[in-house]
Amino acid sequence: MDNTDKKERQVVFWPGNIVAAEAAIAAGCRFFAGYPITPSSEIAHVMSKRLPEVGGRFIQMEDEIAAMGALIGASLTGEKVLTATSGPGFSLKQENIGFASFIEVPCVIINVMRGGPSTGLPTALGQSDVMQARWGTHGDRPVIAITPSYLDEVYTEIIRAFNLAEILRMPVYILLDEVLGHLSERLEIPDPSEYELLERPRPTVPPEEYKPYDSSFGDVPPMADYFTGYRWHTTGLNHDQTGFPTTDPKICQFEEERMERKVSQNLDKIISYDEFMTEDAEIGIFAFGSTARAAMVAVSDAREKGIKAGLLRAITLWPFPEEPVRKFSKQVKGIVVPEANLGQMIYEVERVIGCNCPVVGVNKVGGVPIYPGEILAKIEELA
Amino acid sequence: MAAPYTKYLRMNRIPHMWCPGCGIGIIVKALTRAFDALEWSPDDLALISGIGCTSRAPGYMNMHTLHTTHGRAISFATGVKFARPNKHVVVISGDGDASAIGGNHLIHACRRNIDMTLVIVNNFIYGMTGGQYSPTTPVGARAATSPWGNIDIPFNIAELAKGAGASYVARGHVGSGVQLERLIRGGLDHKGFSVIEVLSNCHTQYGRRNRLADPIDLIDHIAKSTVNIRKAAKMSDGDMEGKYFVGLIHKDENRREYCKGYEQVIERAQMSK
Amino acid sequence: MNDHFEARFAAVGGQGILLAGDIIAEAAISFEGKYAVDSPTYTAQVRGGPTKVDVIIDSKRIEFTRTTAIDFMLCLSQNSWNRFGFDLKENCIVLIDPSLVFEVDEERYRVYRLPIIEITKKGLKKMVYTSAVSLGAMAGLTSYLKPDSIKKALLKKAPRGTEEPNMKAFDLGFEAVRELMK
Repeated sequence: MDNTDKKERQVVFWPGNIVAAEAAIAAGCRFFAGYPITPSSEIAHVMSKRLPEVGGRFIQMEDEIAAMGALIGASLTGEKVLTATSGPGFSLKQENIGFASFIEVPCVIINVMRGGPSTGLPTALGQSDVMQARWGTHGDRPVIAITPSYLDEVYTEIIRAFNLAEILRMPVYILLDEVLGHLSERLEIPDPSEYELLERPRPTVPPEEYKPYDSSFGDVPPMADYFTGYRWHTTGLNHDQTGFPTTDPKICQFEEERMERKVSQNLDKIISYDEFMTEDAEIGIFAFGSTARAAMVAVSDAREKGIKAGLLRAITLWPFPEEPVRKFSKQVKGIVVPEANLGQMIYEVERVIGCNCPVVGVNKVGGVPIYPGEILAKIEELA
Repeated sequence: MAAPYTKYLRMNRIPHMWCPGCGIGIIVKALTRAFDALEWSPDDLALISGIGCTSRAPGYMNMHTLHTTHGRAISFATGVKFARPNKHVVVISGDGDASAIGGNHLIHACRRNIDMTLVIVNNFIYGMTGGQYSPTTPVGARAATSPWGNIDIPFNIAELAKGAGASYVARGHVGSGVQLERLIRGGLDHKGFSVIEVLSNCHTQYGRRNRLADPIDLIDHIAKSTVNIRKAAKMSDGDMEGKYFVGLIHKDENRREYCKGYEQVIERAQMSK
Repeated sequence: MNDHFEARFAAVGGQGILLAGDIIAEAAISFEGKYAVDSPTYTAQVRGGPTKVDVIIDSKRIEFTRTTAIDFMLCLSQNSWNRFGFDLKENCIVLIDPSLVFEVDEERYRVYRLPIIEITKKGLKKMVYTSAVSLGAMAGLTSYLKPDSIKKALLKKAPRGTEEPNMKAFDLGFEAVRELMK
C-alpha cells in the first residue's frame, strides 16, 4: 500500500457512543435532537458539547416523538441531522420515522440496542430490534440499516450513513448495541481527505417549475431547502409529484414503487459485507454487530479443530445482502446464525436460501453476549 | 384586483375541502391578513400543521408548508425554527391535535418559549374523524363517542398555555374576524411562544349533535358565550358561568426566548475552545 | 510470554476504578503498541454500587470483547467480589484490600492483601489517588506491561496539577507490593 501522501491518523481510545458522535460531526452533522435514554445517552452528551463548538445546534426535546419531529424539521432546512435512541425510544419514534421515509427527508437514526421487550434490560446487550428496523412503522417504505461490528467501522459507517441518507433522501439507521456503545477500543480516526461527504440533490430548475417529487430527475428527486425561494408543500398523506395529497391509485402505486427503487436500484452503493475464511468454507456463519466478533473467534477455533468454517458478516443488514448469502448457501453444508435475540435474521437467511442448506440459530437473550464456544458447538453439530 | 393577502394563498388549490360555513376559512383569512399587515414575505414563512380539518390549511397557503403527523406539528416546527432562528414559523392546529395527542408538545413549547406562533382552532370536537369528543368538549355535550352526554371536564387551552409559560396568550372567535386578525398579528409580532386560541364552529359534527346545525346559529352561539376580558373584570362569577374570555389574556416580554438563549450556549462553547 | 492478558478492576462506584481500567488500556495502546478493549459495567446506579471494568490486551486485534480467563483482578469491596469474582483463571492474581474484602477463594487464586486504602490515606491524604496506588501495586505484581508504560499512561490521563501526587501514589503502591512479595 502506498502511504507516502497519507496523512497521519489520530489514534484514540474512545467508547463506541463517543466514536458515533464524533463520526457524525465529521460527517457534517450540525443538528441533533434527542431524548435521554440508556444506553445511548452518551451520544447526546457529546453532541450537546460539541455541536455549539462547531456552530451546530443541539436540543433535548420533551419526548422521543418530538425529537424525531424536530429532526425532520431541521433536515427540511438543509441541515444534516442525527438522533440517537434505544429500544423503547425506537418504538416511540416509529410513526415519525415513517413520515420521514414518506416525505423523503434525509436523517440518521442511531439505535443502541438493549435487551428485552418493553423496558427490558436498559444496561445490557440485545439485538432484537432488527426486524423492527425493517417493519416497525406502518406501511411499505424502503429501509437502510447498518450494523457495524468494530469501532473503526462505527466511525466510517456513520459517515457512509449520512452520505446514503443525503443522496437517497431517506432515513438511515445505524444499529449499534450496548456492547459496542460502551466498549472502548483503539481506533484510528480517518483524515477528512480519506472520505467524501455527499449532499442531497438540490433543484436546478427555477422555483416556479419545482416539484418536490419530480421523477423526471430520477428516483431521487431534488429537494429544496426551506427559505431558499422554493415554497413547496408536503404531507404524510399519499401525494403526487407536486407534494399535494392524492388518492389516485395509479399515482399512489407509482410513487410508492419509486420510493422502493431508491434502495432496490442502488444495492451496489448500499450493501456492504465482510467475509472471513469463506473461500473454502464448508460450514457457514451469518452474523452482524458485536455478535459477529464472537463468530470470528468461533471460525478460528473451528479451523484449529480441522473444521473449515467461514463467516459472512453483514455490515448492511437492510437491505438484506441476499446475493452473497444465497451464493454462500450453495457452497456450505449448513449455516449458523448467532444473534442476541430469539431468532429474527434467521428467517431472512432461510427465506433467501430456500432449501440450499440447513440453518441453525444460536439465540441468547438476557443481556449476556453469545460466546465463541456456543457458536463453535453449533458448527461442530453441522460439520 | 385580488386582495393583497391572496399572495399567501395557493388559489389553484381552491375550492377547499372544508364544509360550507366552516369557521376555519375565517381564521385562514385573518391569518393571511395579519401576515400582510406585517409585510412578511412568503419566502421567509413556514406553516406547519398536524392532523385534522384545521391541519389541512397549509395546503392552501403559499409558503413553506408541512402537513405532519397527528399532534406533532409543534415538534417539527421547533426543528425548523431552531435550525433557522431568523425565519418565521407558524403552527396551525385543532383542539384535539394540539391539546390531546399533542398536549405534551404544547406545554413544552410554552415552557421553552421558542419564537413561534400557534393558532389553535378550538371547535370543541374531532371533526375529521367523525365527531368524537375532544379535551375541549363542554360537559354534557353530545358527540359520536358521548351519545349520553360528555362527562370529561374540558381544558381551558388559553389558561393552560399561560400556566405552562407561553409569553403571549390570546383568545378570539370566528364571530369577530377583525379582533381575531389583531390578536393573531400581536402573536406573530411577539418575540416568544405565542398561542392564539380561536373558538370556532363545527356545525357538521358538533352543531348537528347539539341543536346548532346551522353555521350561523352556532357562530352566534359562540359569540354570545364570549366576554371581552376587559369587561369580564367587572362581572360576577355567576355571570361568567359558561363564558369564555376573549382578547389578549397574557403577555410577558421579559421571558427569555429559546433561540436567544442558545446563542449564549454557542458563545460559551466557542469561547472555551 | 503469553501475549493475551485480561484484567478486572472491581470496586464500588465512585472509587475511580473505571479510570484505572482506562489507564491500563492506554498504557498498552500508546506505550506498548498493543491492542486493548475496555468494557465498564454500566448500571443506572453506578455511584455507591458494585462496579467493574474489564480490560483485555493483546498483540492482535481483539475480536471477542468479553473476558473469559482473567489474569489479574483488583477488588476493593466484598460486594464486588461476590458479584464479579468469576471468569478468573486458575492461579489468577487477586489483589485485595483486607479492610474491604474478607473472603476470597484462596485455594484457586494467588491472593495478595495490601492495605491500599490505608496507604492512600497515609501517603496522599486524598482518596482520589486510590486508583494510582492500585496501579502501582498491579505493576509490581504483574509483568505483562512495563511499569514505565503504566506510569506514562497515568501521567497522560491525570488531571493537570495532579501529576506529582499520582506518581507518588503509583510508587507507594509499587513499593508496598514488592515488600509484600518478599
